[in-house]
Amino acid sequence: MFNSLSDRLQDTFEKLRGKGRLTEDDINVAMREIRMALLEADVNYRVVKSFVARCKEKCLTAEVMESLTPAQNVVRIVLDELTVLLGSTDSKLTLAQNRTPNVIMLVGLQGSGKTTAAAKLAYLLKSQGHSPLLAACDTHRPAAADQLATLGGEIGVSVFRGDGKDAVAVASGAIQEAVDRLNDIVIVDTAGRLQIDEEMMEEAVAIKRAVRPDQILMVVDAMTGQDIVNVVTEFANRVDFDGVIMSKLDGDARGGGALSVREVTGKPIKFVSMGEKPDSLEVFHPDRMAKRILGMGDVVGIIEQAQKVADEQQLEDAERMLREGFTMDDLLKQMQQIRKMGGLQKILGMIPGMERAMSQMPQAADDSQMTRIEAIIHSMTREERLRPKIINGQRRKRIAAGSGRTVQEVNQLIKQWDEMNKMMGKMKGLMQQGGGKKGRRAMQQMMREMGGPGGGRLPF
Amino acid sequence: MGFLDSLKAGLQRSREAINEIFYMGGEVDEDFWEDLEDTLVMGDMGAEVAMRVTDDLREQAARENLTRAEQLRDALARRLAQEFPASERDPFSDLPSCVLFVGINGAGKTTTVGKLAGRARDAGARCLIGGADTFRAAAIEQLEVWGQRAGVDVITRERGADPASVCYDVVEEAERRGAELVLIDTAGRLHTSADLMRELAKVVNVTRKRCQSMPVSVVLVIDATTGQNGLNQAKEFNDALELDGLIVTKLDGTAKGGIALAISSQLGLPIYRIGVGETLDDLQTFDALDFTRALVGEGM
Repeated sequence: MFNSLSDRLQDTFEKLRGKGRLTEDDINVAMREIRMALLEADVNYRVVKSFVARCKEKCLTAEVMESLTPAQNVVRIVLDELTVLLGSTDSKLTLAQNRTPNVIMLVGLQGSGKTTAAAKLAYLLKSQGHSPLLAACDTHRPAAADQLATLGGEIGVSVFRGDGKDAVAVASGAIQEAVDRLNDIVIVDTAGRLQIDEEMMEEAVAIKRAVRPDQILMVVDAMTGQDIVNVVTEFANRVDFDGVIMSKLDGDARGGGALSVREVTGKPIKFVSMGEKPDSLEVFHPDRMAKRILGMGDVVGIIEQAQKVADEQQLEDAERMLREGFTMDDLLKQMQQIRKMGGLQKILGMIPGMERAMSQMPQAADDSQMTRIEAIIHSMTREERLRPKIINGQRRKRIAAGSGRTVQEVNQLIKQWDEMNKMMGKMKGLMQQGGGKKGRRAMQQMMREMGGPGGGRLPF
Repeated sequence: MGFLDSLKAGLQRSREAINEIFYMGGEVDEDFWEDLEDTLVMGDMGAEVAMRVTDDLREQAARENLTRAEQLRDALARRLAQEFPASERDPFSDLPSCVLFVGINGAGKTTTVGKLAGRARDAGARCLIGGADTFRAAAIEQLEVWGQRAGVDVITRERGADPASVCYDVVEEAERRGAELVLIDTAGRLHTSADLMRELAKVVNVTRKRCQSMPVSVVLVIDATTGQNGLNQAKEFNDALELDGLIVTKLDGTAKGGIALAISSQLGLPIYRIGVGETLDDLQTFDALDFTRALVGEGM
């Protein structure tokens, strides 16, 4: 059901192959696929209709119809159109320069993630050198203020709770508090409210009037369905927000709501929220979102994810490995890093086309293999992990029994380690000798072992 | 079957065939069909399902000679209502019973537990709340407020404690007190987080194993505003935990909760309750026909 759009279009055009020229009907079939893809991504029905109509017009040019690769052309047009739509305005927080404190107010439905987003935003602003104050204006949900206080405590941002009864009073009190304590930004967390709840919408307007926020951000759950249009329209009419934070994008929802919000209200998506930790508020990238909505994989995402997990410590580790060789602990760490990125399956899934390939051979990237290797390493003693050379037959038997694997599997792992270590030794040799004659030979040797173009002459 | 009967049946069949040929849409026009499809898609039923359903309805209309818009909508609502599996047992009224609430973040698990506890208490049942959401900040405090409001004790531990061991404690305490209804709140999690899903599976397994004195049900709480991703959510939760049923929350907005139909019929899960408002009484038993009537836009 959730095939990526490019795969589907490929299939559609495959059937038309050999027709020479595409007709308008053929384009209509393609547009139907696009329509379905967008609807599956929860883009609002009405938005889909107008969007597809626009795309169709562009696709009816000779460029596409007579092209040898109509599928790619159509995908490109849709993707471009979507990217432009999602992010033609800048997505930064705009705060008045001559006002202290600046005020940011968060609004949204119940359970959309306002309180969490408030803490994340505070963390982000704090890391940019601001001194934020969180105002707990959710006086309706039980313990909402406690939640904010706990989150604030974790990231080292103070929280103003006031009397915890009147949201407007808490908001105004927070401003005063910020003035007294020299905070330059106040983040107002409000209660979740349904857009049709007259009383609650009135309250939001009252808070807005009392604190005159520089920015009002609406927090929208990425999993929201068709109803998002009603919600944001009403919120835009009543409290008039400036931008959107999309929450829960770490799930597998396509987040088509982002497109609906843009199309219906014209408000930009400013941030996306990608997890439970305070540092998971990220800048919005329209191009990536467009690909996600169309289910097309996210290559940049992989790289960033890898960068995020690689930190200083690991650079040091790499150096140590070169100096002293590669231990079993290092192997373990590397595997855990892949885990951290969401497992092999997820990483491969982000590569375009891989999703399709993987569905054909589900065992290709098996995370359980990693679990087995981890189990074997965990069954080694400290000594053995640091110096795997000492693992003799007796020890192998013990490790196999301890991890519930066979001796053969243990042997295989040790052999793999040995090869990696040899490789590491050669790299070390290379680095020490620089570009010398010996080094070149070693490089050739290594290339040969890696299955590269070993025999040939190197270009220098 | 007598001769007359078989004749009648035969005539019936040909009459249907004739209707099918001469059916011109009755008093409804093409706009009606498009409008109906729009309504269904906008209710989060999913585009493919919506199209299939309207196509089927056209055929049915021809067969049964339904001509007026109300008739058609009514027929559709009835047919869709049959898609919901009937619940064999209501874990909130068939006591004793132990229920675990699972779902993604912000679906309304804690609030639902609070409301159900209040209801049970009013009905005179000995109720106990378990707070196994030891992850989210102030989740325990939130539950305790609900407990106080409902006059029901909350068994929990400090933040960061192992949720499975909390459940163990809760069941033990429930058995000691002879509680009839045990409601356990768990931490919200995205279905894509493999580690957290494993943790939840452990929580459920421990509870199922420990709790021998009463049946244990696992209920997925789902937000009515959820779109097509809801089906993924429910599938993952069902695969990991073997769900017993659903509770749909936040139906008091303009969202129709069409995804609940897809989940319920595809996974064969009954809907136990729906949340239609903020107060204790706004958690109602589910009526399939009412639900589908709203979905097909009756009375619009």
